Amino acid sequence: MPDGDVRLSNFTRTLIELGETDERVVVLAGDLARYVEVLPFAARFPDRFLNLGVAEANIIGIASGLAKTGFRPIVATYGVFIARRAYDQVAMALTTGPTPVTLVGVLPGITCRFRATHQPVEDMALMASLPGMAVIDPADDKEMTAALIGGVAADHPTFIRALRGDRADVPGTRRAGASPLDPVEFGDEGSSVGLVSTGLGTDWAMEAAKILRGRGHGVRHLHVPRIKPFDTATVAKFCRRFAHVVTVENHIAHGGLFAAVASIVAQSGMGTRVTPCAIPDEWPPSGTVEFIRGEIGLDAASIAAAAERGL
Amino acid sequence: MRNSSRTARRASEIRLIATEVAAHSGQAYIGQALGTADILACVHEIGLTRPGDRFVLSPGHYGLALYAANAHLYDRDELMTYGLDGSEFEQSPLEGLPGVEITGGSLGQGLSQAAGMAIGQRIKGIPGTIFCLLSDGEIQEGQIWEAMLTIGHHKLANLCVIVDRNGIQVDGRTEEVIDLEPLADKFRAFGFETVEVDGHDLSRLESAVEAALSGASGRASAIICDTVIGKGVPAFETYPYPHYVNAEGEVWDEALRHLRAVAPEG
Repeated sequence: MPDGDVRLSNFTRTLIELGETDERVVVLAGDLARYVEVLPFAARFPDRFLNLGVAEANIIGIASGLAKTGFRPIVATYGVFIARRAYDQVAMALTTGPTPVTLVGVLPGITCRFRATHQPVEDMALMASLPGMAVIDPADDKEMTAALIGGVAADHPTFIRALRGDRADVPGTRRAGASPLDPVEFGDEGSSVGLVSTGLGTDWAMEAAKILRGRGHGVRHLHVPRIKPFDTATVAKFCRRFAHVVTVENHIAHGGLFAAVASIVAQSGMGTRVTPCAIPDEWPPSGTVEFIRGEIGLDAASIAAAAERGL
Repeated sequence: MRNSSRTARRASEIRLIATEVAAHSGQAYIGQALGTADILACVHEIGLTRPGDRFVLSPGHYGLALYAANAHLYDRDELMTYGLDGSEFEQSPLEGLPGVEITGGSLGQGLSQAAGMAIGQRIKGIPGTIFCLLSDGEIQEGQIWEAMLTIGHHKLANLCVIVDRNGIQVDGRTEEVIDLEPLADKFRAFGFETVEVDGHDLSRLESAVEAALSGASGRASAIICDTVIGKGVPAFETYPYPHYVNAEGEVWDEALRHLRAVAPEG
């Protein structure tokens, strides 16, 4: 596909830039290449692209073998198939070495309408449970770019959740020299509402903040792209300032953001109450993201209500 | 280059070292080590001569065979701690030890990784052959067939699968658990240049490995080796549960006496 035929997404542009600057980068797909936006990479670097068909266990093994010959593979396919179909392969072929492979799990959480089969509501929990695996839930283009660059540079495997298309910047300014994957704080200073969120959950938390502000509540927000390794010091420092913190994530409460925040708060003895706004312990319904959010209590009004209950 | 007498000495050495190591703790996957000693000797003597020649052990519990084949790389006292608490020489090793290219204990995962290495070396233009040893039982794993499709599709002439066709798996004969036959036809159908050999006939084994090294067929090779688990030690060839041997000291002593008595000169 020649340049200019389509406007490339940030993800695709970043892949191509990595391909141009690092000959070790190879991209692997599993018969979803067109849906995970890697075909422009394939067109540019046909010798460094493999479509391995509908066979995720094998894809992870091939990626491991390529890494063991000096490549830095990026596997891009739907998150469900990496996290569930190939879990043992990810555990054995990638984390025991460890072997540097970057896994891009597209359509995280409830972003696909196919009930359960295409909704990786537990992918971060599964991946974060594996020793040495880094887990990132980027919310904007800068974070996705940093996650990919970091994954290729790392000496361990990395799991990145990927939202389709371009993503507007998350507000807030990180200190000079900080990584786009470090937590970032924004919103109203001195407010009594504290929100901690990751990935698409940050969009949802900001929608809830708008409602809360309309009702006269200030809202302070901590956005945390990296779930593992988790920046415990920054998160603890943030939570300590509030009597009640609400976590917001496009994932179940087990093994994701809420679990990480609650664990730190519990260990510190700080006494802050933590309420999860997360996917409940049942398969979400089929439908658009907005419909599902309303059904499972992750719509803006429900998140705002959860925050107000703590005031 | 072929040198059957050197290969025979290497096979004898693998059997003896594996049995000495196993005797130390009294329990081991010795049957598999003895059964593949001829294969490993052949691969190591004539197959692994260039930096790009690599050996991938898919069934991790064959680790003892790999340790014995690579014994020159290890401290012998440390090797004797095989299977003991805290030993680096685990019964089913994780990757990282010299000679251990992958973590193979969860069965059926080695062939995909070998295929990834073969593709990687082909992209880079590195001469060499990736040898991958499979146990026959692990071929029941679905991932093996995914890998075979990939290998056939990409015509990975720099990859050679070697199957230890001993007919034994944990719960009995492979044909009683889940039938694999006709195995050679299956490999051929997936695009492999396939030969069936007596896995203890060094001359046939060497010919098969040489053919794989040449890559002349333009396709991946499969060498299906008819083997006897426990080969070379009468007590283990007829052992009632050969998948894992846990025997008294005198059984090991007798095994070692026998192996030393039949070892080739030099």
